[in-house]
Amino acid sequence: MSNINQKSLKNFISLLELLGISSILMLALAVLGLKNPYLMRVAILVGINIILVVALNLSNGFTGIFSLGHVGFMAIGAYTSSILTLTVATKSTNLPSLPIWLAHTQFGFLPALLIAGSLAALIALLIGFPLMRLSGNYVAVATLGFLVIIHIVLINWEQFTRGARTFSGVIQYTTLWWVYIWILITIYVVWRIVHSHYGRALLAVRDDPIAAQTMGVSILRSRLLAFVVSAFLSAVGGGLMAHFLTSFSPATFYFTATFNYIIILIIGGLGSISGSVLGATLVTLLTELLRNFEQSIRLYGLSQIILAAALVLIIIFYPKGLIGYREINWLQLLKLGSTKGTNNNSERR
Amino acid sequence: MGALNYIVQQTMNALSLGSTYALVAIGLVMVFGVLRLVNFAHGDLMMVACYTAFFLVATGLHLGLFSILIIAILVATLVGILMERVAYRPVRGASNIITLLTSLAVSIFIENIFVMFASPVPRSFRSITPLFLNIVNHWGTLVVSNINLVIFGVAILLLIFLLLFVTRTKLGISMRATSEDLMAAQLAGINIDRVIVTAFAIGSAIAGVAGILWAARIGRIDPLMGFTPLLKAFVAAVIGGFGSLAGAVLGAYLLGFAEIFLIGFLPPSLSSYRDAFVFLLLIIVLLVRPNGILGSIEREKV
Repeated sequence: MSNINQKSLKNFISLLELLGISSILMLALAVLGLKNPYLMRVAILVGINIILVVALNLSNGFTGIFSLGHVGFMAIGAYTSSILTLTVATKSTNLPSLPIWLAHTQFGFLPALLIAGSLAALIALLIGFPLMRLSGNYVAVATLGFLVIIHIVLINWEQFTRGARTFSGVIQYTTLWWVYIWILITIYVVWRIVHSHYGRALLAVRDDPIAAQTMGVSILRSRLLAFVVSAFLSAVGGGLMAHFLTSFSPATFYFTATFNYIIILIIGGLGSISGSVLGATLVTLLTELLRNFEQSIRLYGLSQIILAAALVLIIIFYPKGLIGYREINWLQLLKLGSTKGTNNNSERR
Repeated sequence: MGALNYIVQQTMNALSLGSTYALVAIGLVMVFGVLRLVNFAHGDLMMVACYTAFFLVATGLHLGLFSILIIAILVATLVGILMERVAYRPVRGASNIITLLTSLAVSIFIENIFVMFASPVPRSFRSITPLFLNIVNHWGTLVVSNINLVIFGVAILLLIFLLLFVTRTKLGISMRATSEDLMAAQLAGINIDRVIVTAFAIGSAIAGVAGILWAARIGRIDPLMGFTPLLKAFVAAVIGGFGSLAGAVLGAYLLGFAEIFLIGFLPPSLSSYRDAFVFLLLIIVLLVRPNGILGSIEREKV
């Protein structure tokens, strides 16, 4: 009995560690950002990317079904929340042909994010029901198809989205605080799912679908839960991104973005929350540096080339990403640093 | 009479559209067959061939159309072989998803090399396209352009050539053995490296041909031009059955007919959603027949 308690305690501590590390990270970025508005923007971007990649990891890393369509949910979140929070005046100039009930209402930021997330979750439920039965390549290609469908709808549904033109006039609601709170929620939710009986079913299915099915684990239900929650959080991330950028177009949420999040996911490690946090931070900072460099020497495309090469190298030499399936155990690291001997002894007993 | 004419005309349009997709899909399936690799960079090989032809013409060397085409296809082939050697061979045997992501990275890499050095601005391909391809024939009331006839002919010839290759030659038979079971083929003494390189060489050369014909049809090229044909070829290959050449071609023609049908029957306000319906079709096919119409059921080995 004490064994079980000890294990759950250990798990709980690892959650606290995760939340703590992210808090320290965001605090450090916030301190940097206080002096310099540019650094503040980078800090917010790091935070939003953490949310998006941890959400993506729930679906792609822990279930073994690889979605290339999550940026589609992000786009749904961005457009839905932005349409809801636009002021009535901006709506009448930018989106003159909205239906009347929408044109005369303006939502607050939080309800808009929640509605956007719920809409994405609903759509994920609808398309997930058939998609979760597929495996490997087929899910990847089918979810890519979903991304293309969303893109085409955004470009053509001018009444709501201004088509391929820039959607602008969004109020900049997203602050580091909003991002920080959503990081905590995202990590907590994903951690809870992964450590629940659903999560154990997910891992079993990921590692060996046939063995898991033989043991009576339902593939569909656990995968669907992960997919839907992941879509909700991705849409919230998209909403935060929209209210951070304030203007965007369907191209913002398409193939390039998809590729960037997948790079972060792989570099951080499929199936590791701390890996995603670390990967999102490193890659966002690196991309930002590269982009400035690229602009200074006017060689556009360089940052993408370096990221693509990095992805191939990581896949070849670190197939499990920087962290792999593990979580970083910070307390363990500290202990190892100071009293290596005693730690080893205690483990042996 | 008018209705019959309309049907014949639309059938011809569907066949020519289907042929363009078939050309891309054949090359894609060639590589998928041996490695189970969904090669995202296939569309970029099309682009490489087009840019090679474009720059060869721009140098003003007066090489003659035929030698320009040969060089362009050779360059695409070399890039394809290089791709296999540098990126895909080290991850051979990894999971499907890992190899798919590798090819995604390779694709982004090649595209951005061209964005960087050849500028992302689209360029006209008219200077390369020989004039007779643009001639539009009027057979009675039917209208068909030479380029579409050429594409149809090339697609059918290539399919016949490849079917003969994989069934009649030793290399082709070892290719099918490799596609059946890589490990067993290796145990039977087949040099799988050679088989895989051959598959990549053939696939890339076909991509080169497909790219040039695609560009000749559209009239312009840009570094991201491979993306749309690649996606359509994916859909075609999935509909027909990934891993079977005849299936991919069948899927491509079905897709061609589906698109022409959608153009004809969708109300004008929805016609710009055509591609969305195409991908909806993909998802539905995946649901009903995940292995495609001609695809064999892949057993999962415990």
